[in-house]
Amino acid sequence: MRDRIPAATAGGRQLQFLPLRFERWDDGRVLLTNMVGEHLFVDGPEFEALSQRRLTDPALIRRLRAKHLVRLPGEQLPVDLLAVKYRTQHQRLADSTSLHLFVVTLRCEHSCAYCQVSRRNLAHTGFDMTPETARAAVSMAFRSPSPRLKFEFQGGEPLLNMPAVRLVVEEAERINGTEGRRLAFVIASNLALLDDEVLAFAQRHDVSFSTSLDGPEDLHNRNRPRPGRDSRQRTLTAVAHIREQLGHDRVSALMTTTAGSLGRVREIIDSYLENGFRHIFLRPVSPYGFARRLSRRRAYDVDAWADFYTEGMEYILELNARGVPVVETYSAIVLKKMLTNDSPGYVDLTSPAGIGIGALVYNYDGAVYASDEGRMLAESGDFTFRLGQLGQDSYADLMTSAALLDPLEESYTGSVPMCCDCAFERYCGADPVFHHTTAGDPVGRKPESAFCRRNKAVFRFLLDRYTSDPHARELFRAWAAR
Amino acid sequence: MIALRGRARSASLDGPLRRELWRLVDGPARQPDEATLGDGPAGLRVRHAHHDAAPRGNEIVLPPHLGHLGAGDIIAVSPTGDRVEVMWRPRSRHNSILLTERCDNYCLMCSQPPKRHDDSRLLDRAGELIRMLPADTPELGLTGGEPTVYGDGLLALLRLIHSELPGTEVHLLSNGRRFADAGFTADYARAGNPRLMAGIPLFGPEPALHDFVVQASGAFDQTVTGILRLGELRQRVEIRVVLQKHTAPAVVEIAEFIARNLPFVEKVALMGLEVTGLARANLDDVWVDPFDYRAELAEAALLLKHARVRTQIYNHQLCLLDHRVRRMAVRSISDWKNEHIPACAGCAVREECGGFFVSSRHRRSAHIRPLPSPSADGHHA
Ligand code: SF4
Ligand code: SF4
Repeated sequence: MRDRIPAATAGGRQLQFLPLRFERWDDGRVLLTNMVGEHLFVDGPEFEALSQRRLTDPALIRRLRAKHLVRLPGEQLPVDLLAVKYRTQHQRLADSTSLHLFVVTLRCEHSCAYCQVSRRNLAHTGFDMTPETARAAVSMAFRSPSPRLKFEFQGGEPLLNMPAVRLVVEEAERINGTEGRRLAFVIASNLALLDDEVLAFAQRHDVSFSTSLDGPEDLHNRNRPRPGRDSRQRTLTAVAHIREQLGHDRVSALMTTTAGSLGRVREIIDSYLENGFRHIFLRPVSPYGFARRLSRRRAYDVDAWADFYTEGMEYILELNARGVPVVETYSAIVLKKMLTNDSPGYVDLTSPAGIGIGALVYNYDGAVYASDEGRMLAESGDFTFRLGQLGQDSYADLMTSAALLDPLEESYTGSVPMCCDCAFERYCGADPVFHHTTAGDPVGRKPESAFCRRNKAVFRFLLDRYTSDPHARELFRAWAAR
Repeated sequence: MIALRGRARSASLDGPLRRELWRLVDGPARQPDEATLGDGPAGLRVRHAHHDAAPRGNEIVLPPHLGHLGAGDIIAVSPTGDRVEVMWRPRSRHNSILLTERCDNYCLMCSQPPKRHDDSRLLDRAGELIRMLPADTPELGLTGGEPTVYGDGLLALLRLIHSELPGTEVHLLSNGRRFADAGFTADYARAGNPRLMAGIPLFGPEPALHDFVVQASGAFDQTVTGILRLGELRQRVEIRVVLQKHTAPAVVEIAEFIARNLPFVEKVALMGLEVTGLARANLDDVWVDPFDYRAELAEAALLLKHARVRTQIYNHQLCLLDHRVRRMAVRSISDWKNEHIPACAGCAVREECGGFFVSSRHRRSAHIRPLPSPSADGHHA
C-alpha cells in the first residue's frame, strides 16, 4: 500500500487574513464576519491566538477557512468564491427600482396620531391625483429597467380616489402588453371603505391589499381614531370579505408600535393569530410627519422597542415550538441577509440605500420623491428628497439628480464611519432619509442613531438565538429561505 | 444478492469468440450480437446450469449463481468462453458501466481501489455496449475509477450516448478535478445532453479535510473550481458527501459551504459508508457508527433543504436517522447488494428501509432497532 498523505496541519503564521470584521459579545465570545456576512463565533483566547496568528487547532482553522475568514498564502479559490457571493448580493442594483408608490390622495377619514402623512379632510379633492398625473407616473415607472414592477397605492386613503387607482392599473396592464414585465398591485388601505365594486376590481386585476392592524381592540382603536371609533371592526370585516372573495393570502397586515403597544406584545401577536395572520412585522414608529411631533407621553426610546421586539420574538419562538407557525417579517428579512447571498431588497436594509433605486414615490401633485419618508418630509416643508416633477423631468433627470446621487454615495455603509468597520454591515442598510431627519445629514453619528442601535439589538438577538438554540436555528434557516 | 460474474461451467467453442458482448434472447438469434438462451441457431448459445446434455459447438453453460440471467440481459464473454460478466440487466434500475479503474484521487474509503494499468479497453467496450442498449433505456451510470482520465475519449463516449440514447438519464461519477480545466469543461458542455448529470464528491468545506480524505493535495481547489465551471455552463451537478469518521463531524460545515457557495447544484446526496474496498482495509480509520452522527446529519440535511437544494440520504438504515429526515432517505442500495439482518425482525418499515450492503457484515451500527409502524410514531412519511 502506498504512503498515507497526513492530515494537513497548516496554521499559525501561515494563515493570512481575508477581509474580516469582528464584534465582542458580553459573554466573552467574539463574532467574526467575512466580507459577505458569513459568521463564526470564537471564544476570547481563540480570538487572541487568531489575531496573533498562532492558532493551531485544526478544527477551528478548518472553520475559519470554510467561512473565508483566512486563507493560506497564494490561495485563489476563497477570493473567487467571495467575489461570486459579493456580486450576487449586489445583483439587484442592475435592475433598479422595482417598487413604485402612488400617493393617489392625501384625504383620509381616519385621524391616526402616528400618521406619517399630513392628511386632508374628506372635502379637499384638490389633494387627489389627476388622470394626467397618473398616466405620466405609470409611463415613468416603465422607464425603470426592473423586470418586476410593483405598484403600491397609498394615501391618505387610496380607496377615496378609486378612479386614479383604476386608471393606473389599467394603464400599466395596457403598456405591459408589449413590455412583458412581472406586475404586482397592492392597495395599502384601512379598508373601512371597501365595497363590492372595489373587490370585483381587485379580483379582475389580481390586486392585493395591505392593511393596518395594531393589535387588541382598545389599542387599535385608540391608535386609529375615526368617527364611530370602530376602525378595527371595520378592518376585520373587510379582511374577511377579501379572504372570502379573493383568497386568504390576498391581504396582509402591518402593525405600528406606539408607546401604548409596549408591554403588550403577546396580546398583539395573539390578535394577529386569532385573525388568521401568520406574519407579523414588529415595526417601530417612524420619526416622520405627524409622528415626529408626538407628545412626550407617546414617545419611547430604542431600548423600550428592543425589549418589545425581544419579548415578541421569544413568544414567536415559543409558538413555533408548539407547532403554531408564525413569522416575524423584519427578522426574516435580516436572516435572509445573514444566511444567504440573496438580497431581499427591503428598502430600509440595503446599501447603497434603497431610495430611488429601490423605490420611487409619485405624489398626488406630480412631484417625484426618492422615498415615502422623503415625501412626508416635503409635506412639512423639507424638499431634500424631491427628485423632480412628472411632465418636466425625464427618468434620467430623476435618477441622476444630485438629490438622489449625493445621499446614496454619502450614506454607503461600505465607507461611512463605524459602518465600514461594523461586523453587521452586510446585514444592515443605509437610511439617509432617517438620518437626515434625525441628525441633519444622510450619515448621522451611529452611536447616537436609533436606526443603528435598533438594528444592532435585532442582529445580536438573532445571532444569539441562532448559536444557542438548535430549534431557533432551524426555524431561522427556514425563514431565511422564504 | 445477485452475482454479476462467474466462470462458465463448461464451454465448447469452434474457435475463439470474435465478439465480447452478447444480448441474450429466447429463441433464434436475429442479430450477430444476439446469443440464444437454450436451443436455436445463433453465433453463441447460452444454457443455464441445470442443462445436463453434453455441450455442442459454440455453447457455454452458465454457473448456477448466474441462473438469474434471462432474455434482454447483456453479458461479456471472454474469447475462450470461460469467463462471463453481466454487463446490463434491463430489469434493474442500477445499471452502470465501469469505464476505468484508474483515478488521480486515492480516497481513504474508496469502494473501488484505483489501479494503475492501462484499461482503456473498458472504454471501447462501453461504446460497444451503448450501441446495443434499447432506445427506451431509462437510466445509465458511468463510473470508475475516474472516467475523465480519458479526456476526449470520454467526451466521444458522451456524444455517442447522446445520439444513441437521447431519452436516457445519464449519471457520470467523477471526482470533478478535470472540470477545473476550462477547455475540457467547455467541450463537455458542448456535448449538450440535458439528461447528463455529473455526480461529484465533496468531503470537506475547505482544502485540508477534503485533500486528506481523497489523499491528493490540491484536489479540493480543482474539484470546487470544476463544480463552479460546470455551474457557469449550466451543467447539472450532484454533490455526493460520504459520511465517515473524518467527514461526519464536519457535515454541517460542508452543508453550509454548499448552500452558500454552490447553491446552484441540482442535488446533494448524503451517503453512508460502504464497507468494501479501501474502506474495509482502513476500517478503523474510517468507520463511524451512523447513530453517533445522526443529529449532525439531520441538521445538515434540513439546512440544505431550507436552502432549496434537493437533498437525499443514501445507504442509511431508517432506524439510524432522526425522524425529521427519514422522508429524505432513498431506498438506494442496489438490488444485488441489499439484505436485512435478524435485528430487523418485526420492523414496520422494512419495505421502505434500504437494509444493508452485504459488505456491512464487516461492520454495522450497534443501534439497529425495529421501528414501530409509521402511524404509531407519527413522523415517518
Ligand atoms: S448602522 Fe450601525 S449596525 Fe448598521 S452597519 Fe452601521 S454601525 Fe453597523
Ligand atoms: S430495523 Fe432494519 S429494517 Fe427497520 S429501519 Fe432498522 S435497518 Fe431498516
